[in-house]
Amino acid sequence: MKTNLKLSGLSALGASMFAGLPVWAQTATTETTEAATTAATDVAALVPYVYEKVVDKGDVAWMSISTVLVLMMIVPGLALFYGGLVRTKNMLSVLTQVFAIVAVVCLIWVTYGYSLAFSYGGSMDQYVGGLSKMFLAGVDATTLVPTFTNGVWLPELTFIAFQMTFACITPALIVGAFAERIKFSSLMVFVVLWVTFIYFPMAHMVWWWGGPDFLAEQQTLKLIAEAAGDTAAAEAAAANLAANGLIWNMGALDFAGGTVVHINAGVAGLVGCLVLGRRVGYGKDQMAPHSLTMTMIGAALLWVGWFGFNAGSNFESNSITSLAILNTFVATAAAGVAWMFAEWLLKGKPSLLGLVSGVVTGLVAVTPAAGFAGPMGSIVLGLIAGVACFLFVAYAKNALKMDDSLDVFGIHGLAGIIGALGTGILVNPALGGAGIPDYTSVPGTLQVGAYDFAFMFTAQAKAVMFTILFSGIGSFILYKLVDVVMGLRVKEDVEREGLDVAEHGERAYNM
Amino acid sequence: MVRSLEKGCDVKLIIAAIKPFKLEEVREALTTIGVRGMMVTEIKGFGAQSGHTEIYRGAEYAVNFVPKMRLEIVVSDALADQVVDTIARTARTDKIGDGKIFVLDVSHAVRVRTGEINDDAL
Repeated sequence: MKTNLKLSGLSALGASMFAGLPVWAQTATTETTEAATTAATDVAALVPYVYEKVVDKGDVAWMSISTVLVLMMIVPGLALFYGGLVRTKNMLSVLTQVFAIVAVVCLIWVTYGYSLAFSYGGSMDQYVGGLSKMFLAGVDATTLVPTFTNGVWLPELTFIAFQMTFACITPALIVGAFAERIKFSSLMVFVVLWVTFIYFPMAHMVWWWGGPDFLAEQQTLKLIAEAAGDTAAAEAAAANLAANGLIWNMGALDFAGGTVVHINAGVAGLVGCLVLGRRVGYGKDQMAPHSLTMTMIGAALLWVGWFGFNAGSNFESNSITSLAILNTFVATAAAGVAWMFAEWLLKGKPSLLGLVSGVVTGLVAVTPAAGFAGPMGSIVLGLIAGVACFLFVAYAKNALKMDDSLDVFGIHGLAGIIGALGTGILVNPALGGAGIPDYTSVPGTLQVGAYDFAFMFTAQAKAVMFTILFSGIGSFILYKLVDVVMGLRVKEDVEREGLDVAEHGERAYNM
Repeated sequence: MVRSLEKGCDVKLIIAAIKPFKLEEVREALTTIGVRGMMVTEIKGFGAQSGHTEIYRGAEYAVNFVPKMRLEIVVSDALADQVVDTIARTARTDKIGDGKIFVLDVSHAVRVRTGEINDDAL
């Protein structure tokens, strides 16, 4: 049974509002696999859902490329983007911090990170996974994970590698908030604690679900049990349908990690810059970026790599992948243009830094919306995020006197919030969106659920609020812990001399 | 051995700060009148010419210094006046920020390769 889903003007298919709206979702034209039979609305004809797990070489190839693209986003993308913005005497410290975080988190991920994020957590399963997949136990070249299409599966190894890059980039984003003043050793300890207690649980809460085939199977079992009057079996199936992460069960939509990555890192950065305090000489000393050339190179690499981040989050290579790619172009361009013109108007000159900052803002804002919004909606999202973040960074940040050195909250946090809320609006097919995915009303297929603004926006807002509180409070506790044990900040004369020589014994430039 | 003479040797050090884009013109004019060497440094400075404001993502910096070129030319007394005139004439744009020239006495000069001193060192 083929289900054709139009990306706009789709009327509600009468699908029920159901528990367990997936966070990860997309619409796609789908063909069910040959072996799958689906139970439709005729109760008398209900049979258990069976399916084949088909792995497509194109999907694996695309996911492999996406993985590498996201790595490029971090090194050299983020490293240069941040590096160019600090003073010469601190350039090397930024490069080292970002690079070291990648290496460390990489190892943590395959040790216990993947398990905490993407395995069954027992009684804590709503919040975090367990240790059943520690050291990747049980994972080999034959194990598979579901995608967002019934019958389409990915090698688990592919999924592990792709998600690993997300785990690496999220803590790396935070360092911008307290650049030029954090101790390297303390940062490493903090990052290990942060990914363990904040990132892995967040990833689990937002992205842990059974997959379309599992949902179809359980939904069918539930319908069969209900028809047969077997309440115990029906309840068991219902429990399985709801056995997802906490935020997934709120019904929130987050295509590529607006909450897990950007709001999470943004808020952690905000708390960090407040806990560490302002840089020595803030407001008085010259702290201009030492190389906007490097920053531009970094921003460009971020943009190119982000296609792996957003479009790779589709887990397959199909038309929704292309939707995500297109959105990652236009939202980004819109935000860049918006920031540039806002700055031109309000500050007098269009700056390169403003343009690339706008570009990154757009990338962040479109991250949760990439596979849900239509291109025109993405442009609007980009324009709004670009202007809002410009105003925050150019005016509000100074008024609050907060030294978020590289605008981690101003760009990642704020644009992440705007994007997450905007996704709830732009997913509406009437606005060109792809519509809310529904895997259970016609099990075995992907339908477009009825769009209800109040429900959708509330779900997004709940997810955003939870992320802010979880990340904010959790990060604060971890910062304080590290501070008490080993001190977070370097001494003042170290800060004045520059972290490169004092912390790393090297200079970025020996010219 | 540095021999101290009663009134120093007949060599002058001329320090000039000029606008960077004038460097090539000044160098050419000086070599025409017989100057065989000079030292050039990139500097920042301020005088009557004021700086400007740079804005980086909401952080405004008043940049009070302007880039200039600093020339140091060591010539014999005979050539000194001509050098000063040449620099002043060539570097002038009739706008604020054209620069300054200072002349100092040199007590001793040595050529590293041969050990010649004073006038012979130039």
